[in-house]
Amino acid sequence: MFLKPYVPQSEEMVQIMDPNGNIVKPEWMPNLSNEEIIEMYETMVFSRIIDEKILQYQRQGRILTYAPNLGQEAAQVGSGFAIKQTDWVASAFRELGVWLRKKAPLYNILLYWYGNEEGMHMPEEVRILPVSVPIASQLQHATGLAYASKYRNEPDVTLGYVGDGGTSQGDFHEALNFASVNQTPNVFIVQNNQFAISTRRAVQTKVKTIAEKALAYGMPGIQVDGNDIFAMYAVTKEAVDQARNGGGPTLIEAYTYRLGAHTTADDPTVYRDQEEVEEWLKKDPIDRLKKYMLKAGIWDEEKEEALRKEKSEIVKSEFTKVENSEPVALEAVFDYIYADKTSIQKEQYYKLKALQEEVE
Amino acid sequence: MAVLNLIEAITHALDYEMGKDESVVVYGEDVGFEGGVFRATKGLQQKYGEKRVFDSILAESSIVGSGIGMAINGLRPVVEIQFSGFMFPGYNQIVTHAARMRNRSRGLYTVPMVIRMPYGGGVRALEHHSESLEVLFAHIPGLKVVIPSTPYDAKGLLLAAIRDPDPVIFLEPKRIYRAFKQEVPEEDYTIPIGKAKVVKSGSDLTVVTWGAMVRDTQKAIEIVEKEGFNIELIDLRTISPIDQETVVESVKKTGRFVVVHEAVSSYGPGAELISIINEKAFLHLEAPPTRVAPPDIIVPLPKGEHHYLPDVNHIAVALRQVLKF
Ligand SMILES: Cc1ncc(C[n+]2csc(CCOP(=O)(O)OP(=O)(O)O)c2C)c(N)n1
Repeated sequence: MFLKPYVPQSEEMVQIMDPNGNIVKPEWMPNLSNEEIIEMYETMVFSRIIDEKILQYQRQGRILTYAPNLGQEAAQVGSGFAIKQTDWVASAFRELGVWLRKKAPLYNILLYWYGNEEGMHMPEEVRILPVSVPIASQLQHATGLAYASKYRNEPDVTLGYVGDGGTSQGDFHEALNFASVNQTPNVFIVQNNQFAISTRRAVQTKVKTIAEKALAYGMPGIQVDGNDIFAMYAVTKEAVDQARNGGGPTLIEAYTYRLGAHTTADDPTVYRDQEEVEEWLKKDPIDRLKKYMLKAGIWDEEKEEALRKEKSEIVKSEFTKVENSEPVALEAVFDYIYADKTSIQKEQYYKLKALQEEVE
Repeated sequence: MAVLNLIEAITHALDYEMGKDESVVVYGEDVGFEGGVFRATKGLQQKYGEKRVFDSILAESSIVGSGIGMAINGLRPVVEIQFSGFMFPGYNQIVTHAARMRNRSRGLYTVPMVIRMPYGGGVRALEHHSESLEVLFAHIPGLKVVIPSTPYDAKGLLLAAIRDPDPVIFLEPKRIYRAFKQEVPEEDYTIPIGKAKVVKSGSDLTVVTWGAMVRDTQKAIEIVEKEGFNIELIDLRTISPIDQETVVESVKKTGRFVVVHEAVSSYGPGAELISIINEKAFLHLEAPPTRVAPPDIIVPLPKGEHHYLPDVNHIAVALRQVLKF
C-alpha cells in the first residue's frame, strides 16, 4: 500500500491524521480497535510523564544526565506497536516509547538513568538490546539479529532505530547494505528530529529526504509524518509484514522534532529560536491523537485526568524504589566483565575491598 | 596576562594560532555554530568564518580521514572528537593512515594534524564518556600523545602540537576543564612535546602522573609528607614519547617509584614506565616500583564509579607502602 508506489524523493510524506486530529486519508487508516488506539495514547502519555518527571528530578539533582524523548512519542510508540513482543529492537538512547511498548519495567529504565547499569538487565522477553550510546553502531547488531532469525527460519523481525545525525556514520550505511544484500528481516527507523545536538539536519546531508538514501541500497525508503501515530503505525506495519514474509528490509524516515534539549547537559537556546519550537508544539503528537479520540467520542477529560494521575503516581513510586535501591557493591563492578573473574581481577578486588574497609 | 581555566586556555590557544597561521582549520561535531559541547571552540566560527571553523558531519572516520587529506595538502587541521570514547570509528584512520603516512611515503607526505579529545572519568557521565585510552594511541608508532594538567600547560602544549610536524593526539582531562584558573600569558610560548615537568622536587620517592590525577596526587603527597617524607612529583605531560631522562634521573636519586593513572591497570601506561625504570635504574631501587590504577573493569556508570578511580586515600596508602618498604 505504501512501500511499492512511494517515491522517496517526492517530499510528500505519508500522513493519515493531520495536526487537528482529522483523518485526511481514510483509505489508509489502519485497522485498530478503540482499545488499541487508547492503549497507544496511554503509552505516549506515559512516556511524556516519565520524561517530565525525570527532568524535574534532574533539576533537583536526583538524577544525572538524561535524553528526553519529548515530541517523538508517536514516532516511537507508533512504530513500536507495529511489532510483536517477540520481535527484536536495537535502539540508541532516546527510544523510551519503544521500551514502554515492549513492556520494559519502568523501574529498570529509571535505575539505568539513575546511573546503575543493573537497570539494563531487562526481563528476557523485552528483547531490546541495552542502550547504545555510540551513534548508529546498534544498526549493525540489528542486521545480525535479523540474520540469525532468518537462519533458523524464525518469524522474528528486528527494528533498528537511529537519529538523523546517525545517518552520517559509516555504520548506518554498512548496516543498510548488509540488510539489503542478505535480505534480512529488518526495518530501520530514522527518527529525524531535525537535530544532532546543535547540528541541524541540513548540515548532515544534502539529500531532500533521508528516506531516499534507501535507493542506494536497493530497498524501499519512505518518509512519514513522525508526529502522526497512525501513519507511523501503518507504514511500519507494512514494512514489518514484508520483512517477516521474506520481502527484505525497509528504511523509514520519521519526520519529527525534538521538543526538549538534546540531553539535560545541553542548552538548546544557544542554537535555536523559541518560535521554531512553538511551531512544532502545534504539531504535538499527543495532542493530535487526543483531538482525534475526543472527536471519535472514545476519550474525555475525566479519563485524561485519571490517566495522568495514575501514571504520575507510578513514576513517583518507581523512582522512590530506585532511590532506595542498594548502593552499587564493589562485587557488582567486577561481576560482568567476564563470565569468571580473572586471577588478576580477583587480586584487584580483594585489594580494593581491604582498602575500602580500612577507610570505613 | 589573562586568568583562565583549562578549557578557556584551549580556546585561547586555538584563537591565537588561527590568528597567526591561516592554514589552521578547526572542525568536529557541534564545533562550529555552538562552539563545541564543552565550548572549547566558542566564538571561533564567528571570528574566523565557516570556512575555517565548521560543524562536521556526525562521523569520526570522516573527521580524522578528511583531516589527514587536509594535512597532506598544506593545511593544519585541529579536529575535535567529542569524547575520546567515541573516537573508535576514527581509530581506523588514526592508526592505519595518520600514524603511517610519513613512513609509507618515505617522508614525501606528512600529517601535521592535531586530534583533540576530552577524556577521563570522575564526571558522573553516561557510558563511553569516562574512559582513559591513552595507551591505545601511545602504543602506535607514529603518533604523539599529549595530556595537559594546567591551563598554562594546555596553551603551551597545544601550540606545540599544532606546530608539530607529526600527528598529535591531544587528550584533555575534562574533569578539570573548569576546576581552577591560572595566569596564562597572551604571548606566544610553547611547551616542548616529550618533556615532563618536575612539579615538586623531593628526595625519598618519585611519583609520576598526568592529567586530572596530578591534583589528587598532590593532595596525597601533602598528607604523606606530614608524616616526615619528602616526595618528588613529576607531571609526565607527554605520554608518547616518554621523557625517559627526567623520570630515570629522578628515580636514580630517590630509589623509589610510584605511577598513578586513570587508565585500567593491565597493559596500562604504568607498565611501560615501570619497564623503563627496570631497564635503566634497577640498581638504584630500594622498593618495588608500584602502580596505582583502576582495576581491570569497564568504567562503571555514576553510582558505581567510585569503585573505579583511585582516590586521594588510595594514592596515599600506596605512597606509604613504597616509602616504608
Ligand atoms: C560515535 C559517536 N560520536 C559522537 C557521539 C556524541 N553524541 C551523542 S548524541 C549525538 C547526536 C546524535 O544525533 P542523532 O543521531 O540525530 O540522534 P538524536 O540525539 O537527535 O536522537 C552525538 C554527536 C556519540 N554518542 N557517538
